[in-house]
Amino acid sequence: MARLSPENVAIATDTIARYPRRRSALIPLCHLAQEQDGYLTEDAMEHIAELVGMTPAEVLGTASFYEMFKLDPVGDYVVNVCTNISCLLMGGEELLHDLERKLGIKAGSTTPDGRFTLEDVECIAACTEAPCLQVNYRYFHRVTHGEVSQLIDDLRAGNRDDVPRHGVLSRVRQVLPENRAGSVAPEVGVEPVWLSRNRTEDEEGAAR
Amino acid sequence: MSDADGRREIPRILSSRWDRKDGYTLDGYRATGGYQGLRAALRMTPAKVAEEVTTATLLGRGGAGFPAGVKWGFCPPGVFPRYVVVNGDESEPGTYKDRIIMESDPHLLIEGTLIACYAIGASQAFLYVRGEMALAQERIAQALNDAYDAGFIGRNILDSDFSVDVILHWGAGAYIVGEETALIESLEGNRGMPRLKPPYFPAAKGLYMQPTVVNNVETLANLPWIVSNSGQAFADLGAERSRGTRLFAVSGHVENPGVFEVEFGTTTFRELLYSDAYAGGIRHGYDLKAFIPGGASAPWFFQEHLDLPLETNVVGAAGSMLGSGAIVVMDETTDAVKAAWRIVRFFARESCGKCTPCREGTSWLEKILRRMLDGAGRPEDLDKLLDICDNISPAITWPPRQTTICPLGPSAVSPIASAIVRFQDEFRAYCGGGEVTVAIGGKAYVPAPTATPTVGAPT
Repeated sequence: MARLSPENVAIATDTIARYPRRRSALIPLCHLAQEQDGYLTEDAMEHIAELVGMTPAEVLGTASFYEMFKLDPVGDYVVNVCTNISCLLMGGEELLHDLERKLGIKAGSTTPDGRFTLEDVECIAACTEAPCLQVNYRYFHRVTHGEVSQLIDDLRAGNRDDVPRHGVLSRVRQVLPENRAGSVAPEVGVEPVWLSRNRTEDEEGAAR
Repeated sequence: MSDADGRREIPRILSSRWDRKDGYTLDGYRATGGYQGLRAALRMTPAKVAEEVTTATLLGRGGAGFPAGVKWGFCPPGVFPRYVVVNGDESEPGTYKDRIIMESDPHLLIEGTLIACYAIGASQAFLYVRGEMALAQERIAQALNDAYDAGFIGRNILDSDFSVDVILHWGAGAYIVGEETALIESLEGNRGMPRLKPPYFPAAKGLYMQPTVVNNVETLANLPWIVSNSGQAFADLGAERSRGTRLFAVSGHVENPGVFEVEFGTTTFRELLYSDAYAGGIRHGYDLKAFIPGGASAPWFFQEHLDLPLETNVVGAAGSMLGSGAIVVMDETTDAVKAAWRIVRFFARESCGKCTPCREGTSWLEKILRRMLDGAGRPEDLDKLLDICDNISPAITWPPRQTTICPLGPSAVSPIASAIVRFQDEFRAYCGGGEVTVAIGGKAYVPAPTATPTVGAPT
């Protein structure tokens, strides 16, 4: 239930400056808010709207289109099991059912203690490594019955440092240094120098 | 040079660093020839770089297979700024190759992106990575930071007058954003819905309505090699329209699922599926039932298609497509109805809802197939399914006709229509009988299990 922290506002301001149009930063900022709070709160969406110059309704309009933005609290660990075609053929549904039994919930819900959310998801691009799943968007390939049970136990016991809490995606941020070229707004209709110089050379070449 | 099977050895244009522990670092990349393509490009004029790519006949590797050089050429002359957008939103079911490039060789993608920017005159590039791929985002963020520090990106790259920014952007879970105009909408901060056409190509009007080249990750990853070795060297590999090498992900019921870089246009499905060098045959000695040659959107292929080469035109003439290089193998134990339902469920869930035939049609297809699987099929269901298909994609032809802005709707139609026709008895068993009376227009859907398609037939 929070607006972006001062630290995150600084990151947001830096992110917005990377784009020729402020609202292009909308999805990265929604991820930033989700990283802060674990899900996308109304307060954060209002704050983002102020930062990118949109209405809160427009922010919600965009955010609600995308699967990854959670508008309600989710578990510390969101377990996404792929059941699409390649995984289906290799036991993805059985893997999902195993997890339903292990966690005592149906796909699409969260355990009462708020630790785990289980989702039945579409293809996550690990088809040759089926059946596969993700926990907070970290991949687990060719998962077996025994492994998945152990994984849940380890997560519950806090023994998996490789899986950050929900909302954290890349743990490395792009840093634009002093030598950045700079955003080019659509209004700036100037031909880049390396093109105009070479165009002249080409044309002269053609003329010769 | 040739290997034991008599097949000539091919260069590993895309996968050479996958086995290297440090292949994703700047040091590892530079130690293996990295950024030499960019240096070579900067010694040429931008027009010459574009010419090499056109000579290479580099077909887009995202799904549509449109020649990259031709696409670049659609940028209207004299209109600036231009943008490059990298499509890393890999999510077509069965497809797994762009993520490997982004995770294992991010600098290759960055170098390819820089070469494209130089060639078309783009001053800013956006690298759109699928939201769910956290590791790819980490690797690319680190690679970009390192490349900026080393002077490969930014102002006056390698002391030339070429200056460009490459910005890492990431999505938030939506298959439809792989469609290039939807990708641009998403990058503008909107719901990822495809734009009305015309204009057909973002190269004319794309990001912020400016000329924008949208290229797939694998497509761009070929550029450093093409520029270093010449477009002709690339075109010397492969056959017909399909040149160079290409990544194919073979998944499903095979002994050795994997992502393989093979010569495009000459390798056959049989080699890829059965050779020990690749997928190693159907698992546990079962028989092949069907395979999807190019991702969930592609009509299914069967035994009789095994000897076709992985060549764009040949596969197109045989009634399907190589799409995104995703081959999904189903053995004889597969329930065709279940498989068809799962693919349709995907399209029903991922339909953006903009066009009625797709939004309503895919949902109804999913509901009917689900009801059949739940034991409540009706004899009229077969006809009803095909009637809905016909409403989304009139006459159910190949290539499909559209009643929609983008190809997502027809993508749900082609695979299930091919399954219904080929495995009619299985569908009938779920429906308590039933007949197909809806006319199906595409020759691909006439079942002919004994006929061998002609290889290399003109289209």
